[in-house]
Amino acid sequence: MTRRLIAGAALALLAAGAAAAQDGQIAITTYGGAFGEALNESLVKPFTQETGIGATMIDNDDPPAKLKAEVEAGNVTSAIYDVEQSDVIALCDEGLIEPIDPTILQAGADGSAAADDYLPQALHDCATAIMVWSTVIAYDTEAFPDATPATVADFFDLEKFPGKRGIIKRPKYALEFALLGDGVAPDQVYEVLSTPEGVDRAFAKLDTIKDQVVWWEAGAQAPQLLADKEVAMTLAYNGRIFDAIVGESKPFAFVWDGANLDMDYWVVPRGAPDMEAAMEFIAYASNPQRQADLSKYIAYGPPRKSAAASVGTYKDGATDMKPYLPTTPENAEKALVNDAGFWADHGSELTERFNSWLAGS
Amino acid sequence: MANALDPHAAIATTASGLTGGALRTADGRPLVRALARSQKRARRRAFLLVLPLLAFVLITFVVPIGQMLQRSFYNDGFSANMPQLSQWFADHPRGTEPDEAAWAALAADLTASAEARTIGVVGTRINYDVPGTRSLFTSTGRQVRRGLEPPYRAALLDINDDWAEPRLWSAMREASRPVTGNFYLAALDRSRADDGSIQQVEPRQRVYVMLFMRTFWLSLLITAITFVLGFPIAHLLATLPMRRSNLLMILVLLPFWTSLLVRTTSWMVLLQQQGVINDILVWLGVIGGTGRLQMIYNQTGTIIAMTHILLPFMILPLYSVMRTINPSYVRAARSLGATSWTAFRRVYFPQTLPGLGAGALLVFILAVGYYITPALVGGSSGQLISNMIAMHMTDTLNWSMAAALAALLLAAVLLLYWVYDRMVGIDNLKLG
Repeated sequence: MTRRLIAGAALALLAAGAAAAQDGQIAITTYGGAFGEALNESLVKPFTQETGIGATMIDNDDPPAKLKAEVEAGNVTSAIYDVEQSDVIALCDEGLIEPIDPTILQAGADGSAAADDYLPQALHDCATAIMVWSTVIAYDTEAFPDATPATVADFFDLEKFPGKRGIIKRPKYALEFALLGDGVAPDQVYEVLSTPEGVDRAFAKLDTIKDQVVWWEAGAQAPQLLADKEVAMTLAYNGRIFDAIVGESKPFAFVWDGANLDMDYWVVPRGAPDMEAAMEFIAYASNPQRQADLSKYIAYGPPRKSAAASVGTYKDGATDMKPYLPTTPENAEKALVNDAGFWADHGSELTERFNSWLAGS
Repeated sequence: MANALDPHAAIATTASGLTGGALRTADGRPLVRALARSQKRARRRAFLLVLPLLAFVLITFVVPIGQMLQRSFYNDGFSANMPQLSQWFADHPRGTEPDEAAWAALAADLTASAEARTIGVVGTRINYDVPGTRSLFTSTGRQVRRGLEPPYRAALLDINDDWAEPRLWSAMREASRPVTGNFYLAALDRSRADDGSIQQVEPRQRVYVMLFMRTFWLSLLITAITFVLGFPIAHLLATLPMRRSNLLMILVLLPFWTSLLVRTTSWMVLLQQQGVINDILVWLGVIGGTGRLQMIYNQTGTIIAMTHILLPFMILPLYSVMRTINPSYVRAARSLGATSWTAFRRVYFPQTLPGLGAGALLVFILAVGYYITPALVGGSSGQLISNMIAMHMTDTLNWSMAAALAALLLAAVLLLYWVYDRMVGIDNLKLG
């Protein structure tokens, strides 16, 4: 009797699963938290309303690891994953994610083709960008009553802007930033950094402020160091500083010069159960208006240029988001787009050199 | 006769005298065998009782450590995906100029690997030895999928000149065997030159040997400081009347029970330049407002925070040993004319050695593997080798390198344990 019940229940579940797949029910795995919530409000709910395809959000601390495990076990549960740029490269190289046909993406708000409208590196063979976040200079406005830092060079100018500096303890960011501070144009940074002389130049620039640097590792440390007045100026993730300014009314400000742009991406795992619905979702997510809507909930910018104009206010209805987004044209003008490919090639070598340099004080 | 004291043996002897044969049980089996069987059963039952623990230790401890150690010298990312070229390397000794057959093997392997989409794994493996080559493999992989025409040397060089680099071929030869010592070499700031000889890496790339030495030196220093600070406290705890020593014990245990992260962050609040200690010093006029001390984000911060966190591990074993020391020994020494210093040095202190040994070993081994505290308060000069291991685990994803560093650390600790056993004797260790 019991056995029959179980069998019956299992059958019913199977049937329900099949029905769900037919209706186009997809699961979306993201890093969750405030970002997952923002995605749900701005993108997933409207998607379900317009297409009738149900979508479930799944939170995960490490989506790339889950994706890898699922594909290798042949049991893919989520049709869509949110992963970071460096993971896109590794997952695509290992053949764990599906190529995405760029022709499915919608045209820009100004009618431009997707390929021209997306930021450099926002489109990849196997992925399309979700949003742009950035590492920027943030400073305590009370620390410099007389002058306002405006450039990366000011970050390295200890005479004009005295005080400790906070930098993330990784060669990524630190070296790129040093070259920008030494006058290298953003689009030349990786070219210079791929030569031994360029690396020496970056370290030489870092040497000029080495004894004034507080190195931090976790994203939360940067606003904390500023709030404690342990540093006067620091590199920080723009979302965290936005929260400190708008949420906690801290006297902080940004410098957008030399901002380091990085992106999160949508990917579809190999052998996803609902490939068609997944691609439909990705096409939908390329809608410029939807991308701009994300900024209503979180201080990340849309990955395509034509979407920037549609950005409105924060969810409090009062704060204009444009000054806080890495993608707003005035802000993005002198930004550097982080090249995950470069770091996949040179990361370990530069990390060793960086650690050796750090230790030799 | 050893068995004379054993009553069973005595009975057996007497009984055998009576019957003239082996003693038997009620159902006629020889008693010796029945006894052996029942003992065997008892042993088996005891074994079954500890089996879950044994399985647990095996699964959660021995197997992962074994796998980690294996990773440090075994990496088949290249050899498993590039079989033909690996075969060519096996057939031709080092120094052979790659001929057209080698290039053909390379082209065939690259094509197969690109088809199977394993080229990223291959490139990553070579990238460990020759930085910048990962993308050479992946971009070439994309092109060879469209097909390659012989001669393959020219065809590949046409795609990218870098394929002719002797350094690349040397690295591919090294990687063509899955078993390699290269990660250990790298962990000792050594590398293999193109001709296969071992050399030191450039001075500005050297980091691990220095960090190993710093880790051991700081751990020794912290062990010494915890001893100097902990010894009087343990003594006080052991000799005060119970009521007051209990209170003192709580003061030792409370921080011990508090989370590591909380204690580390409290030190950040205390020690930073705008922190409590600096504020007090400025208020007292000891230092000027501009001359605030840098006590954190450097080695000083690491030493202070780690000493505080590891102090209970020194105090508790010392205390447990000191409580058992009979105070009349010292009194006897004094009454026989010893000064208090002599009595301490020759009577009291030697008796505390088992606790000191245990405390020192505990503190030192914990300090050697410390990670969170130096990561948070260490700045650039307070980093330890475990921070490097964590970086390779999570950032560069070079797990083989992390495994090699960890294996060296493990070997050093085992060596230390062995030295300790030879010098002090591990039997003298008393943990509580």
